[in-house]
Amino acid sequence: MRRERLFRNLLQLAAWLVGLNVLVISITLFWGASPTLRHFGPGFLWSSHWNPVTDEFGALPFLAGTLATSFLALALSLPLSLSMAILLGEFLRGRWLSNVFKSLVDLIAAVPSVIFGYWGLMVLVPWVREVEMQLMPLGQRLGIEIMPYGVGVLTASLVLAVMIIPNTASIAREVLELVPRDLKEAAYSFGATRYEVVRSVIVPYARSGIFAGVLLSLGRALGETMAVTMVIGNTNEMPANLFAPANTMASVIANELAEATTAIHYSSLVAVGLVLFLVTTVINFIGTYIIKKMTVQA
Amino acid sequence: MKISATILTILAVLCLGGAALAAEELLGAGATFPEPLYSKMFDVYYSQTGNKVNYQGIGSGGGIQQILGKTVDFGGTDAFLTPEQLAKSPDNPLLHIPTAMGAVVVTYNLPGKPQLKMTPDVIAGIFLGQIKSWNDSRITGLNPGVQLPGDPIVVVHRSDGSGTTFVFTDYLSKVSPDWKEKVGAGTAVKWPLGLGGKGNPGVAGLVQQMKGAVGYVELSYAKKNNLPYAVVKNRAGNFIVPSIKSVSLAAGASMPDDSRVSITDTDTKDGYPISAFTWILVYKEQAYGNRKASKAKALAKLLWWMTHEGQKYNADLLYAPLAGDVKAKAEKIIKSMTFNGQPILK
Repeated sequence: MRRERLFRNLLQLAAWLVGLNVLVISITLFWGASPTLRHFGPGFLWSSHWNPVTDEFGALPFLAGTLATSFLALALSLPLSLSMAILLGEFLRGRWLSNVFKSLVDLIAAVPSVIFGYWGLMVLVPWVREVEMQLMPLGQRLGIEIMPYGVGVLTASLVLAVMIIPNTASIAREVLELVPRDLKEAAYSFGATRYEVVRSVIVPYARSGIFAGVLLSLGRALGETMAVTMVIGNTNEMPANLFAPANTMASVIANELAEATTAIHYSSLVAVGLVLFLVTTVINFIGTYIIKKMTVQA
Repeated sequence: MKISATILTILAVLCLGGAALAAEELLGAGATFPEPLYSKMFDVYYSQTGNKVNYQGIGSGGGIQQILGKTVDFGGTDAFLTPEQLAKSPDNPLLHIPTAMGAVVVTYNLPGKPQLKMTPDVIAGIFLGQIKSWNDSRITGLNPGVQLPGDPIVVVHRSDGSGTTFVFTDYLSKVSPDWKEKVGAGTAVKWPLGLGGKGNPGVAGLVQQMKGAVGYVELSYAKKNNLPYAVVKNRAGNFIVPSIKSVSLAAGASMPDDSRVSITDTDTKDGYPISAFTWILVYKEQAYGNRKASKAKALAKLLWWMTHEGQKYNADLLYAPLAGDVKAKAEKIIKSMTFNGQPILK
């Protein structure tokens, strides 16, 4: 009996430690960011000036860069990861080919992000540069300035898109496999085709689970640092268009923290971290709410 | 059996304890630029004296914070402390001891890897976005024999805060009023244009990938990786090839006693104008916290060794050694270190 209680207490202690951890992190961030928050106020969020020499700091370029790359990456990867999930979860279920695909997708998740960054820099960047050269005349006619840098928002989004495929794909596949057999069989017995069953029964039933996967990949994209920093161009300005270089919140922190010599510069970088933390939290809360709304009552 | 094991343990502890008494372990942190040099120096120093020195390259900013927080015995920095930073330790001043010199070079991606001549105006013009293509008359005029393409110039700078950026922007601020007004100097600045690459490899990587790109990297990095770099006109009007020798020569006679000086845009005749010192930071009065006299002595001795015997490792690792006058100033600074008011080295 005593052992039972000890076990329970241990579990409780561990759980509290984890919870406390989040609390302590947010307190640390607030504490570190407070000089900046006091000095710039909410204007820190919508100022696009980031000048360590004159001690002017605003988070908008990085907020824009993070949101643009993350959502673009999501849009680019979703068709691929969903197709993969439906193929594996429904069409190839239990076949050996399904296992091959599954391991391949999981392998993407195991690749360190610096390798993705390297691949982006060596393979994707020259390729995007070629495309940008082709697009330059068209851009000139439309009044969009496209410089053939190869690095920028688009390249970062492409790298991110590949990186987040496994997050959506494996969760979506698992929930698709959980769709009750009798539901599907009922649909088939009404004469529904495979496509109709997928579209009207399986996906609607699994949508909350799929969305959870999407949320997870968005979280990964928002916080990704290394791969992005290697291919985004690291320009601390609002990106003018998809092809322009930019920077993200995670990337500017990684870049500038070590050599931030003035207190306000350091504090502003912590404040950027706080913004990133808040953005992730808000997106997670909205996500959880949507998942609840979407869950099909069985 | 058990007793003998205990005795062995006690003996082992005693031995280790004895060794610890004989040798001091020193801890330092800071600038990444001199880290390869310090690693080499400390490795040699350990094999010669048995004193272990641990240095962590966490960046100059981190080094300054750690020495101010007194969590390390010495800090490393590429940028000397501002009066505000010095004022953070009013009772016990921080000393700057120069240990090596480095330089920043302008590298580019042009067919045939020519060695271009550049004036301060040209460098500022390129990095301000005023000179937009390689066949601009301001560049071709200086390089009559070189076939320069009409490619647009793509500027690449460091994305991470760094001493290299500080030295480069400090130089540009001195030679170009326009730069000083629009950008200024710092470890990270608001660049008028261009792309950012992380570290020397990041900048060099982007430059090598893009035709017509230009960037700045440390001299040692450019040499090790066989990158082309520009010959720069100094204040005396001479075009200087960046080399270990011309960097050493950049330290002029106008060296202040506390060695806190920027030597970019040097007035020496044969000095390369984009050169700089890297320093070690220590407290003048070493009796602070619970420090023992033996530790203070070990630190002072180490600094003396680094600025004397240790200097012979500089050139091998492509750092410029301290020249005569600078060495004398460094000696004086090290000798001013005290323990309870008494000089540590006589």
